[in-house]
Amino acid sequence: MSDISFPKGAHAQKSLLVLDARTRKRNAAEARFRRMGLVAVTIGILALVGLLSSIIANGASSFRQTFVNLEVYLDPAKLDKTGERDPAKMAKVTTFGYAPLLGRALAQAVEAQGISTEGVSKKDIEALISKEAPATLRNMVLANPELVGQTISLQVLAQGRVDGYFKGRVTMESAALDRNISPAQLEMADALRAAGIITLGYNWGFFTAPDASDTRPEAAGLGVAILGSAYMMMIVLCLSLPIGVAASIYLEEFAPQNRWTDLIEVNISNLAAVPSIVFGILGLAIFINFVGLPQSAPIVGGLVLTLMTLPTIIIATRAALKAVPPSIRDAALGVGASKMQSVFHHVLPLAMPGILTGTIIGLAQALGETAPLLLIGMVAFVREYPGSPPEGFLDPASALPVQVYNWTTRGDPAFVERASGAIIVLLCFLVIMNIAAIVLRRRFERRW
Amino acid sequence: MSLGLLSLIVLGLAGLGFFVGRSRALAVVGGDGRKLHSLPSYHGQSVALFAALPAFFVFGVWLFVQPILIEGSISATIPDSVIPEGGALSLVMADVRRIADGLEALVQAGSLTEASIAQLSTGNTDIRAMLAAGGVALGSDVPQAVLVAATEYRTLSGAGRLAMTGLVLVLAVLGLVLSLRRITPELRARNISEAFVKALLIGASMVAILTTVGIVFSLIFETINFFKMYPAKDFFFSTVWNPQFRGGSDLGILPLLWGTLYVSFVALLFAVPLGLMIAIYLSEYAGPKLRGLAKPAIEVLAGIPTIVYGLFALVTVGPLLRDYLAQPLGLGTSSSSVLTAGLVMGIMLIPFVSSLSDDIINAVPQAMRDGSYGLGATRSETIRQVVLPAALPGVVGAILLAASRAIGETMIVVMGAGAAAKLGLNPFEAMTTVTVKIVSQLTGDTEFASPETLVAFALGLTLFVFTLGLNVIALIIVRKYREQYE
Amino acid sequence: MYDAPTNNAEINVDQNEIKISARNVQVYYGDSHAIKDVNVDIAPRTVTAFIGPSGCGKSTFLRCLNRMNDTIDVCRVEGSIQLDGEDIYDKRVDPVQLRARVGMVFQKPNPFPKSIYDNVAYGPRIHGMARNKAELDEIVETALRRGAIWNEVKDRLHAPGTGLSGGQQQRLCIARAIATQPEVLLMDEPCSALDPIATAQVEELIDDLRTNYSVVIVTHSMQQAARVSQKTAFFHLGNLVEFDDTSRIFTQPQDPRTESYITGRIG
Repeated sequence: MSDISFPKGAHAQKSLLVLDARTRKRNAAEARFRRMGLVAVTIGILALVGLLSSIIANGASSFRQTFVNLEVYLDPAKLDKTGERDPAKMAKVTTFGYAPLLGRALAQAVEAQGISTEGVSKKDIEALISKEAPATLRNMVLANPELVGQTISLQVLAQGRVDGYFKGRVTMESAALDRNISPAQLEMADALRAAGIITLGYNWGFFTAPDASDTRPEAAGLGVAILGSAYMMMIVLCLSLPIGVAASIYLEEFAPQNRWTDLIEVNISNLAAVPSIVFGILGLAIFINFVGLPQSAPIVGGLVLTLMTLPTIIIATRAALKAVPPSIRDAALGVGASKMQSVFHHVLPLAMPGILTGTIIGLAQALGETAPLLLIGMVAFVREYPGSPPEGFLDPASALPVQVYNWTTRGDPAFVERASGAIIVLLCFLVIMNIAAIVLRRRFERRW
Repeated sequence: MSLGLLSLIVLGLAGLGFFVGRSRALAVVGGDGRKLHSLPSYHGQSVALFAALPAFFVFGVWLFVQPILIEGSISATIPDSVIPEGGALSLVMADVRRIADGLEALVQAGSLTEASIAQLSTGNTDIRAMLAAGGVALGSDVPQAVLVAATEYRTLSGAGRLAMTGLVLVLAVLGLVLSLRRITPELRARNISEAFVKALLIGASMVAILTTVGIVFSLIFETINFFKMYPAKDFFFSTVWNPQFRGGSDLGILPLLWGTLYVSFVALLFAVPLGLMIAIYLSEYAGPKLRGLAKPAIEVLAGIPTIVYGLFALVTVGPLLRDYLAQPLGLGTSSSSVLTAGLVMGIMLIPFVSSLSDDIINAVPQAMRDGSYGLGATRSETIRQVVLPAALPGVVGAILLAASRAIGETMIVVMGAGAAAKLGLNPFEAMTTVTVKIVSQLTGDTEFASPETLVAFALGLTLFVFTLGLNVIALIIVRKYREQYE
Repeated sequence: MYDAPTNNAEINVDQNEIKISARNVQVYYGDSHAIKDVNVDIAPRTVTAFIGPSGCGKSTFLRCLNRMNDTIDVCRVEGSIQLDGEDIYDKRVDPVQLRARVGMVFQKPNPFPKSIYDNVAYGPRIHGMARNKAELDEIVETALRRGAIWNEVKDRLHAPGTGLSGGQQQRLCIARAIATQPEVLLMDEPCSALDPIATAQVEELIDDLRTNYSVVIVTHSMQQAARVSQKTAFFHLGNLVEFDDTSRIFTQPQDPRTESYITGRIG
C-alpha cells in the first residue's frame, strides 16, 4: 500500500528561500483580493459621507432666515375703531388691515436711510415682506391689545425669494424670469441689508412654527411635526414597552414547548420582516375604517408604530432575559419564591439595561418611519397644533418624516432646503437616542 | 357619564379594594402576618383584580358590541326610498350617526332640550341649518325617515350607555364585596394574583398573532371586495396600469411587478458584492483599528431612516445621474429612474447584507480554515474555495432576505423611481413599483369603495405574500445550512 | 515499567540525515514564555512522537514546524528551525510554499464540505501540481491509496466528504495532506476524536506512512507513542526535557521528570 508512488510533475525539491513563479502569482492574486475588499469598504464609507454631506449642505442654510427689522406704528384708527381694546371686537380687522401698517413702516425706514427707490414701486417694496407677517402681527396684537397706539420694534420674515437670494438659490438671472420677484427688488433688498434693515438671523421659527402654504416657504416650520412625533413616541413607549416585555417574559419564562408557542414565535419573526407599508394598510383598514379613529391623528400613528416596534422590543427583551444566568433564577426558587416572583423580583431588574437599550433603538426606528403614516392620512397639511394629551391624541397632526416628504412634493426649491433641514433635525434626534442607548449599554450592562 | 369618568370610577374602586383587602387580610389574623398564606399585599391585589377585571371586560365587550347591534337594527328600519341614487346604505347610516351626534352636541350645549327632540320633524324645522349651527355639516337636506332613524339611534345609544354604566358599576362593587368576603388566612391570594398576571402575559403574547390575523384579514377582506369590482384575471395578467378617475381604469399588476423586480435587482447587484466583500475584508483582513472604525460606520448606514435616502435620491443622486450619465448618453432625461432608486436602495442594503454575511462567515468553523491553511493555501484561496462555498446557503438566505427588504421598500422608490408604470428595459427611465402605487392609490382623491382605491389592498396582499414567501424560503435554507455544522 | 515497544520493520534510516532541525526555539504568547529552549531533530522516514502532560506545549511547538502559529497574532517565535538546512522563518520564505512540503493533520477530522475527490484534489490544484485532469486523477487515487481509504471510497468519489464515519474522515484528511506530496507530515493528536477501531486503523496507517514521510505525531497517550514511534520527545512545562529512541525513553528514562510522567506520577 505504501509503496505506491506519485506521478511525476509534482513539486520538485526546490529551495524554500526562493519564491517560485506560481507562488508569486498566487500572492499577487491575494494582494488583488485584499485590495478589492479595501475598495469595497471605502465605497461604503464614501457613500455614508456623501449622503450626510449632501443633506447637511442642502439643509444647513434652513437654520438661518432673512428678517426685516421694522418700527411699526400700531395705528388705533385702523386697528381698534371702538377704542375699547377688546380683542373680540378687534378680531374683526383681518390681516388686510395690518399689512399696510407694515408696508408703511418699511417705507419710512427706507426713507430714513435715504435709500433710493428708483425702479421699484411702493407695492414692490411692500412685497419684500413675507405674506405671513401680517398674520403674525395680528396674533401679537390680539394677544396684547394694550400695544395699540404704540410703536413697536418688530422682526418679521422677509419674503421667500429674498431669503433665497441671500442664500444663493435665487440669482438675478432667475429673478428676471420669476413672477414673484424682480431684479430691481433684489437690488433694493441688497440696499436694505447694507442699511441693516434686513438681517440674517437664527431661525427659531423653524422649530416652533406650524407648516405654511406653498407660497410661503419662509414661514414653514416643524412645530406641528415635532409635537406630532412626540405624541406618537409617547404612545409607542407606553404601549409597546409593557406589551413587549410582557410577551417576552411569557415566551421566555413560562411558555411550554408546544405548537401554540411555536406559532407565536413564528408570528413574531414574520412580523419583524413585513414591509412597513403593510402596517400602514392595517392601520387604515382597522384603526380608521373599522374602529373609526380620526385620520391623521397621533393615536392611529402611535398604534401602527407600536405594532411595528413590538417585534424589535420582543427580540431585544428576550435576548436580555436569556442573558441572565439560570443560577439567579435557581437561587430565587431555592429560597421559596414562586416562579413569577423570581422573574419579576430578580430576572427582570437584571435584564432592564438590555430591555431599555432595545426599546430606545426601537423608538429610534419608529421615529424615522414614513410609509405607514402616509397611509393613515398624515400627508394632509396641518396648520394648528394638536391639543394637549389626551384629547390632543385625536387632533390631526403631522410627523417629522412625513413633513419632510410633504415638503419635497412642493415645487418651490426653498422647500427642499427646509426638507433637508428637517432631516438634520430628525438625524439629531436619532443620534441622541442612539448615543443614549450606547451609554446605557456601556454603563449598566453586566458581563456574566 | 363619559367613558373616561366611568373608567376612573372603576379604577378607583379597584384601588380602594386593594387597601381595604390588604388591611382586612391583616385584621383576619389579628395583625400577625405570618399566619397568612400570602402576603397582605397579594390579598389586596386579588381584591383589586376582582373588582376591576370583570367590570372592564364587560365594559370593553359592550363598547364593541353595542354599536354593531344598534347599527344593525336601525339599518333595517331605513326604507330604500331614502338611499340616494348610486349610493349605499352605509352612506345613509353614516349620516344617521352624524345627525345623532349633532343632536347630542346640541343637547349638551343647551340649544335643544330632550323634549323638543321628540317633536322634531323635517316639516317644521330646517334640520340641516340647525345642525350646521351646532357644528355638524351635512351634504344634503335631511329626509324625515333619516331624522327618525337618527333620533331612534340616539335614544338607543343613550339607553345602552346607561345600561352599560349600571352593569359595569354593579360588577365592580359586586366583585369588590365578594372577594373581600373570601379573605381567610388559608386563601391562596398570591396564586390568584399570579394567575391573573400570567393571563395578562399570555394576552400580550397574543398581540403578535392578533396583528398577523388583522393584517391578513384586512388585506383579504378588501381584496375580495376589489375582485368583486374588477376581474382578477385582468389584475394579474394585464400589462397596462392606467387608473382613471371616472372609471374604466386598467389595473394590471404586471408593469408594477416589473418595476419592483427591476429596481430590487439593481439594488442587489450593487449591495450584494459590496456587502459581501466588506464583510470578508472586515472579518478576515482588517486590523482591530480599521474594524473598530469601519464597522460602526457601516452600521450607521443601517440606522438612517429611508426618507433620508429618498431625499438623497431625489435631490442629489437623481440629478447627478441625469446630468452626467443619462443625458450625455442620450438615454433619458428624467432624474427619477430605476437606476437612481436602485443605487440608493443598494446603499441602504449594504449594511444589511454585510452584517448577515459577517455572521455567516464567522459561523464557518475555524477548523476548516486551519485545514486549508495547513495545505498551503493563501488567505484569498481559503476564502474563495473553502469558506464561501461552505457559507453559500447562508449567503443565499441573506440575499433572499435583502431582496425581501428591497421589494417592500417604499420611500426610496416613491421619491426616486417616479410614478410611470411601464415595462421598460432602460434603467435611466422612470419606472414605478408596487409600493409607490399603494401609497398613491390610498392617498388619492378617489372614493374608498372604488376599484381604483381598493386595488391598493390587492397590491398589498401580493406584496405581503411575496415577502413572506421569500422570508420563509430564506429561513428554510439557513436552517438546512445550520444543520451541516451541528 | 513498560514493555519495550515492538515496532516493526527496520527501515533504513541514515542517522545523520536530518529533515527538520530545531535549535534554541522560544515561543512567546504575548508576554508569556510558552516554549523554552527546545532543541530537537526530526529524522526522515521516522515517526517521532511528542508526549507530555496537557498544556506542556507539544501542540504549540508542532505548529511552529509548519508556521501555523503565524495565524495567531500574539505568537512570536525565536530561534532556528530548519527544513533541509533552510531556515523556515527566514524573511524570504512564503509559508504557503512551506506548507506544501510540511503537511498537517488535525485533532478533529475537518474535511471540507466538498466531494471526497475535491477534498483530496484541493491541495494539488492550488499548488498547480497537475497539468491535466488525468494527472490530477492519478494524484488523488495515489493519495487515497496511501491513506488506506481507496477501497472504501473508490465508488463514491463525488459523495460529500462529510458523509463518512469519523475514522474514515480522518483517513481522508490524511490522504488530503499527503496529496501535496509533503516531505514531513505533522499530526496533532490525530486519534483523540476517534473510537478504538478507527484509532487502530489510523495507527496502522501511520506505520505505513513512514516508508515515505517523516511523521511527527503529538499524542497524549503514552501507549500510542510506544506503539507507533521510533523517536520520542518528552515535553514538560514548555521545555523539551528528554529526546531519545522510543524504547530507551520508556525503559531507561534519563531525566526524573520523564520517569515521573511515564509511571503516572505526574500529568
